[in-house]
Amino acid sequence: MTFRAAVVTFPGSNCDRDMATALEAVSGTPALRVWHGDADLPDRLDLIALPGGFSYGDYLRSGAMAATSPVMRAVVSAADRGVPVLGVCNGFQVLTEARLLPGALLRNAGQRFICRTVGLTVENSGSLFTAGYSAGEHICVPVAHHDGNYYADAETLDRIEGEGRVAFRYAGACNGSARDIAGVLSANGRVLGMMPHPERAVETAVVPAMGGTDGRRLFESVIAAFASA
Amino acid sequence: MQVRILVRLKPGVLDPQGRAVHHALEGMGFVGVEDVRVGRLIELDVADGTDHAAITAMCEKLLANTVIESFSIETEGSL
Repeated sequence: MTFRAAVVTFPGSNCDRDMATALEAVSGTPALRVWHGDADLPDRLDLIALPGGFSYGDYLRSGAMAATSPVMRAVVSAADRGVPVLGVCNGFQVLTEARLLPGALLRNAGQRFICRTVGLTVENSGSLFTAGYSAGEHICVPVAHHDGNYYADAETLDRIEGEGRVAFRYAGACNGSARDIAGVLSANGRVLGMMPHPERAVETAVVPAMGGTDGRRLFESVIAAFASA
Repeated sequence: MQVRILVRLKPGVLDPQGRAVHHALEGMGFVGVEDVRVGRLIELDVADGTDHAAITAMCEKLLANTVIESFSIETEGSL
């Protein structure tokens, strides 16, 4: 059995190719590509990835239009069946707008677009996506976003913290995110949204000085979970 | 029928845009501005008789993100 991952492309996605490349580099199998207008996803998927970018030009709110697209109805239905879903950057925004994850991503507190490699602390190493890390481990992954300021009301924040659903936290102040949250898991742990770009931190050969390879284990974790299933 | 929807960030949700506008107003020499919040006005032209519940559904499902935003609806009579 080969690992079957699908990468969704919305109009304005710009990290879809990076995501597909990273998935192929780690899994050895080319990722399937899905267009936003597709009402059906390929069958037997082991992972659905929503990439970064500026889907629909960030009209209305980042991710809001994409969340209403035909493919997202299929993604919500797949997530309900337990298919793992990873949303990175704009993909995270789409997942919150589609209500697959709690909270919302606001404009960065400092108003500026932030594009740099940041330190993250792995908060939960027990999930499908993070099993390859150690709890409390410090990793470096690039961010590139304008709307990455995670917001949820205090009650929701307490709940997701209590349920171990904060996957990653910024090691230092980044964008104003509540409790420095960088990545959030769904209640069943099978949907992960994160602002940092693990797909940009997979291969040192590509851009030796940038990114590093700390993102690689996220993909390896998902693939290992698939292999042992 | 004309419908106006005002979408605002909920109280307590940080509004960096409003803060930047506030700062700019002060920089221009305007005094006495206590706070600035930036919202969004959406104008809809809908079929006569479109019921309020349908417009509310549009707001809840797309036009506003109720996690962070509140909305108010003004229809023709109340404009």
